[in-house]
Amino acid sequence: MSDAPMLSIKGLCKKFGSTEVLKSFDMDIQAGEKLSIIGPSGSGKSTFLRILMTLEKPDAGSIEIEGERLWHMKRNGVDVPADRRHLKKMRSEIGMVFQHFNLFPHMTALGNVSVAPRHVQKMSRAEAEDRGRQLLERVGLGDKLDAYPAQLSGGQKQRVGIARALALQPKVMLFDEVTSALDPELVGEVLNVLRELAHETDMTMILVTHEMRFAQEISDRVAFMDHGKVLEIDTPEKIFSDPKHPRTREFLNAVLES
Amino acid sequence: MIFDWAFAWSILPQLLWALRVTVYATILGMLLASVLGLVWVLLRRSPFRPLAFVTHYWVEFIRSTPILVQIYFLYYILPEVGLRLSPMVAGIVALGVHYSAYIAEVYRAGIESVPKGQWEAAKAMNFTPAQTWRYVILPQALPPTIPAMGNYLVAMFKDTPMLSAITVLELLQTAKIIGSESFRYLEPLTLVGGLFLLLSLVAARGVRWAEQRFGAQELRI
Repeated sequence: MSDAPMLSIKGLCKKFGSTEVLKSFDMDIQAGEKLSIIGPSGSGKSTFLRILMTLEKPDAGSIEIEGERLWHMKRNGVDVPADRRHLKKMRSEIGMVFQHFNLFPHMTALGNVSVAPRHVQKMSRAEAEDRGRQLLERVGLGDKLDAYPAQLSGGQKQRVGIARALALQPKVMLFDEVTSALDPELVGEVLNVLRELAHETDMTMILVTHEMRFAQEISDRVAFMDHGKVLEIDTPEKIFSDPKHPRTREFLNAVLES
Repeated sequence: MIFDWAFAWSILPQLLWALRVTVYATILGMLLASVLGLVWVLLRRSPFRPLAFVTHYWVEFIRSTPILVQIYFLYYILPEVGLRLSPMVAGIVALGVHYSAYIAEVYRAGIESVPKGQWEAAKAMNFTPAQTWRYVILPQALPPTIPAMGNYLVAMFKDTPMLSAITVLELLQTAKIIGSESFRYLEPLTLVGGLFLLLSLVAARGVRWAEQRFGAQELRI
């Protein structure tokens, strides 16, 4: 098991109506790897993350997390569709930070960060809040424990969102365009937190992002997606300075010029 | 016909006593309706389709039959299958069940106003469905329903005279008895109207207070 990649994706397909969003998508991701996925909007990047988080169900293909299938399980030696219990077990390895934060508006920052450890991991309130406090301090919000989301700026909300996902200590963290909804002057504070996470943790991180410089700086590999396929996946140096695929070149020229 | 103040004053204690019954029936009826309404709305969203289907039509059925028929049914028909309810219990159950159908709609609107991202965040954090309802969805869905719930509280309060049909000694029934004994209807019925008006106004005030206290929190994203 331990020599299996952290994530192994084979032939993943997803349609919304008649639109093919993912077309037989393959990818292996190693434990601890920091992978950025770039590409034009509508290329299927976010859908891929949402399938990993089990927010969408794939139409075909397989996803293995450390060798174990996400959407299927073995029953009497036969592969059958995953039941709720199996999905819950698999989901505990994965965390997600959302573009629009999706914080719980009726809870304080500390409440948002400690609610899942308390009720999902069955920690005591004191323990969960202790962990929550540490995480909020880590993202620079030690003075905002009792603030409600509506009292926070976008950048602060997203940092709470990151702390909230970290609180469950997932092995894989998914970041779905986490700076896209922010005012430009607030992007930096969120990227700083991500940079710190990338350097200081051995968590596997998958970032869908439009921040090219940032992707280049922190990623081990960068994948370029277009029309539901990975057209190119390589080190940031190769992708950004010597892209193989003409579509990659075209896309990078367009976004880096502006 | 002249309003006899002395007579009105003399029957007031009796009517106030009956008012207690009316208020009591309203409060218990509303509690029952609030709980049942939530049960209906959750069953209607059950992933087990037949259950959702049956609940949908059951709620439709309750809403589309007159409350007076339901009251008679509970009081006169249920004993034939061995379930004998006192007039007061039958009345409270009828009010609660009837209004639960409307309140289920209120809850449904509240639940649908919770953004999809909240469900997704709960799933990403691996909450069970029950935990998702309890910690994420209902705390956001219920407070905005307070004004509508208040309206139904007042409406139910004004429907309690229906219970006189099965001999509950509530306000109207008591006034009718006073009338038939004294041959004076003006004073008791005027007092009944006045008492309903007074309490409805007080309840409306209370609802506005609750709305400000719990409903209008500016904590939305």
